[in-house]
Amino acid sequence: MEKFQTLRTTGVPLPLENVDTDQIIPARFLKATTREGFGENLFRDWRTNADGSPKADFVLNNPRYAGEILVAGKNFGCGSSREHAAWALYDAGFRAVISSCFADIFRGNALNTGLLPLQVSDEVLARLLAAIETDPQLELIVDLPSQTLAVPAWGETFSFAIDAYKKECLINGYDDIDFLVNQKPAIEAFEKQRAWTW
Amino acid sequence: MPNTLFDKIWDAHIVRSIEGLDVVYIDRHLIHEVTSPQAFDEIAARNLPLFRPSQILATADHNVPTLHQDRPIQEPLSRLQVEKLTENCQKYGIELYGLGHPRQGIVHIIGPELGLTQPGITIVCGDSHTSTHGAFGAVAFGIGTSQVAQVMASQCLLLNRPQRMRISVEGDLRPGVTAKDLILYVISQLGTGGATGYFVEYAGSAVRALSMEGRMTVCNMSIEMGARGGLIAPDATTLAYVEGRPFAPKGEAWNDAVAYWQTLHSDDDATFEAEYTYQAADIMPMITYGTNPGMGIPLTGHVPSEVPASEAESFDKSLKYMGFERGESLLGKQIDYVFIGSCTNARIEDLRTVAAYVQGKQKADHVEAIIVPGSKQVEQQAIAEGIDKIFAAAGFELREPGCSACLAMNEDKIPAGAYCVATSNRNFEGRQGPGSRTLLASPLVAAITAVQGRIVDITKYLN
Repeated sequence: MEKFQTLRTTGVPLPLENVDTDQIIPARFLKATTREGFGENLFRDWRTNADGSPKADFVLNNPRYAGEILVAGKNFGCGSSREHAAWALYDAGFRAVISSCFADIFRGNALNTGLLPLQVSDEVLARLLAAIETDPQLELIVDLPSQTLAVPAWGETFSFAIDAYKKECLINGYDDIDFLVNQKPAIEAFEKQRAWTW
Repeated sequence: MPNTLFDKIWDAHIVRSIEGLDVVYIDRHLIHEVTSPQAFDEIAARNLPLFRPSQILATADHNVPTLHQDRPIQEPLSRLQVEKLTENCQKYGIELYGLGHPRQGIVHIIGPELGLTQPGITIVCGDSHTSTHGAFGAVAFGIGTSQVAQVMASQCLLLNRPQRMRISVEGDLRPGVTAKDLILYVISQLGTGGATGYFVEYAGSAVRALSMEGRMTVCNMSIEMGARGGLIAPDATTLAYVEGRPFAPKGEAWNDAVAYWQTLHSDDDATFEAEYTYQAADIMPMITYGTNPGMGIPLTGHVPSEVPASEAESFDKSLKYMGFERGESLLGKQIDYVFIGSCTNARIEDLRTVAAYVQGKQKADHVEAIIVPGSKQVEQQAIAEGIDKIFAAAGFELREPGCSACLAMNEDKIPAGAYCVATSNRNFEGRQGPGSRTLLASPLVAAITAVQGRIVDITKYLN
């Protein structure tokens, strides 16, 4: 996993609520057996017509918008547990997603992928979406060590919550496997004393 | 100290706690072909052994064909994924119920029917509908592929304890109202993100009165309101279901198990961070009109006319996709497909419900009606009971087991623009194939819709 420290970039607005993982990456693209290449099919059915041509009205096809942060509506990532959704966003160049609510499994998958799920209030989200649509060059600065999202044009900085351990993992590029493997003596001891062995 | 059912099980599985996170021991790990290959690669890349391969069980379900399962899979990528699973299971010594195996089936159908799913245990799988197993009073939840690798390497996960929610449904369900209607109703009340951050316990007399199959349907869809999982305290119904199944405890171990399982219930004065109570009498046979499972209404109801401004864009996009209007009634809408299957409703009880209604009747000519059993065992049982002949006579096609048109990773797709009444769990855009339009409903509603060829008030058609 790549290290995540700070991010100075612009945002791509997707002002829809309940964006589910079947939209982020449709099931028919889950057949790959490696982690690579999922970005090509990110939002495939919103992004392209049946003949593969781009849909002009979808934000990822709009040259006005670029940047490494997807700014999405409430309840982002609901539905399937497919980690491929986080892989697809990361593979397409996104390093953070801002929303006012993330589905639990998606949040975990994103953190395990090195993609920061950054939760803000409904009010801040609405302001961000409106501001980016007006000014696609609006600069956003995410600083993970201080857990802040700065919008310099507004002269405002918002703090966000993240689990302390997961923050360390992202900053250092660690994942849970090494940690858990190192717990083996405790796990084996636990197995010996647990009540249910049937 | 009073405790909830969820906390009793969770606490019993904590290996240690660090900085607010728990190292949680996992008793059973179920895997399938879609979310495991990259996890096996991760393990191989780090040169790690599997910590407890005997606690992993594999099946092939998501993209297996439902016709000619005795022949090689035609679709190259589907075939490759199933082959990868087979190779990995052989390499690491994991029990695999693959194609052709008499125990093959949808991962969440075979766990319970084999007695692998038991009260008081923790179960994970790289699939969000792992919540199904909570029907037995287990803590069961879906995980991502990185976590699949973590469980392979350590039999544990590092987790935050979710908050606790209790949803009670009291009283008797009306005729024609089933477990599926109960959960579609609850999700329509709470919304598709209404239980995000919570683990849900279902309680109340209407829940207690459900069969194990019905309870599985309810817990299965917990994820559709954002819950991490759902569970129901084990009782006599649970014990009667588990006893005698291949992996159920036997003899003295059974008695020990039952003694332990009887302690698994929320204490009377246990507190929950959120509580909701609904009346069973308020629940009518349900159907969804939109593109998330929270967009459900009674069959005789109307699509909402008004929604909050922040939701308007998503709401209208959804209605446009479905070809419906605000305020409209769905009664009389012609249906093209009926799909009876999925981990939500492809158990023997579901097939019996459909058969009981369609016996001596015919599906409407313009409807294609597909029934995909949840497992080989369900298929065999249906044949043994003569249900297959009832389906054939009524024009329904009984296929071979798998996830099928629930998520259309195999050949079973609904064409763009077509309407499908499905007993599955998701009506997301394109879920059953690009452009497909899914209306979620119970097996009984699906059966009646197939015969009538259009959406009707089923209470007028009950046998």
